[in-house]
Amino acid sequence: MARWMKLLVGVWIAAVVTLGVTIPIGYIPGLGDRARILFFHVPMSWVAVLAFLMSMWYGIAYLRKRDIMNDIKSASAAELGFVFCILATITGSIWARFNWGSFWNWDPRETSIFVLLLIYGAYFSLRSALEIEERRASLSAVYSIVAFVTVPFFIFIMPRITFSLHPGGAGSVAPILNTSGKMYMGTNMKYVFFASLIGFTGLYLWLFQLRTRIATVTYHKHAESA
Amino acid sequence: MKLRLVWAIFCPVKGASAVFSKDLNSELRTRYALNSLLMFVVVTLSIILFSTAGESVSPTLSAGILWIIIFFAAMSGLSRSFVAEEERGTSMTLQLWVKPSSVLLGKLAFNSLLIYVLNVLIVFAYILTVPSFIVQSPLIFFFTMLLGSFGLASASTFIAAIISKANSKGTLYPVLSFPILLPLLVSVIDATRLSVDGAAIGEALADFKILISYCVVVTTVSIVLFDFVWRD
Repeated sequence: MARWMKLLVGVWIAAVVTLGVTIPIGYIPGLGDRARILFFHVPMSWVAVLAFLMSMWYGIAYLRKRDIMNDIKSASAAELGFVFCILATITGSIWARFNWGSFWNWDPRETSIFVLLLIYGAYFSLRSALEIEERRASLSAVYSIVAFVTVPFFIFIMPRITFSLHPGGAGSVAPILNTSGKMYMGTNMKYVFFASLIGFTGLYLWLFQLRTRIATVTYHKHAESA
Repeated sequence: MKLRLVWAIFCPVKGASAVFSKDLNSELRTRYALNSLLMFVVVTLSIILFSTAGESVSPTLSAGILWIIIFFAAMSGLSRSFVAEEERGTSMTLQLWVKPSSVLLGKLAFNSLLIYVLNVLIVFAYILTVPSFIVQSPLIFFFTMLLGSFGLASASTFIAAIISKANSKGTLYPVLSFPILLPLLVSVIDATRLSVDGAAIGEALADFKILISYCVVVTTVSIVLFDFVWRD
């Protein structure tokens, strides 16, 4: 990534954070200023899902081409996705404390992100239990594909049919995650939200590049010493 | 041309039935899986009975406990199908003789049979020993067990194929299976609770839809991906 792009990501994120905290967002029934979490929590979850998708994508690429670089990228994406998933869980949990009254109460959305964390955890433990490189690459790719097909049951189906307090569940107002496919946000909110989405995606891509480079160097170092 | 097409369809089935009968024969000869699983169920059930001694378990809770027993019984028994092949060193022979899809289908058939037999016994023992567990809508309960057991067998057979290549197989198996099985477990527990509460069959329809789509999705994905797990 070019130097100016890195600088841009830094300035962009700083601007998004400042605007996200200060910009007037109007009155939102039931949420008020607590709706500002949308600017940070939703992009984090989006990046986590994007990372998981990329991890699976590179997994499939490995299975097709048997190029170890694809496996390194797949694992790097999964690691970053795990970090963003933890961040989304923590921010969501703090928000839940002030909006719903408790840090954790097994709302369907909380269950789904918990499952996502479990899947990542299982993915990493599978990787550490496989010693042969090619086998580790192909089996973890297969596992991430299987996990990715069962995840939609949680993220898209269950929160819709069971009652949920999370914005977007059955019986609550939904700014983004709703069945009609429209966004219910004020203009200010919409701009900051999309800016944040772009900023976080850029940050993720930068981190992804760094992580991949580190992993590649480590891989070649091990290959030389072995 | 036509003959070849027929052959292409029936060849995996023929191979699968051979793998199935091989597993069934070796199981009938030793009764290893069934015996140890039965003891596992007895032990688990008695722990639950000891810990709830004198207390009346609510119907909702009893539906959950039933599936805890089934889940862990499956986790201790179903990995054997593939792990045993690796331990005996017979997986190479299987790779030479039959197509990968036949191996998966044969093992899946055997594991399904195993879990159906086991679940009949578990449910029977559970109804006898837990007085608050009374199935009021047998139809819901029947379909839940039918679909749930198959989904359980399907996902855990495939995960068993993955972990049979890894170190520390025993601990890895439930760790890998749980997140994959969770959509199934959530809807199966919900449907069992409905059957205990005496709900109409229409109320459990949403759960059945999830169960059916889960079974289809997991079985399809495992057939597609099995080549990569089996031949490496």
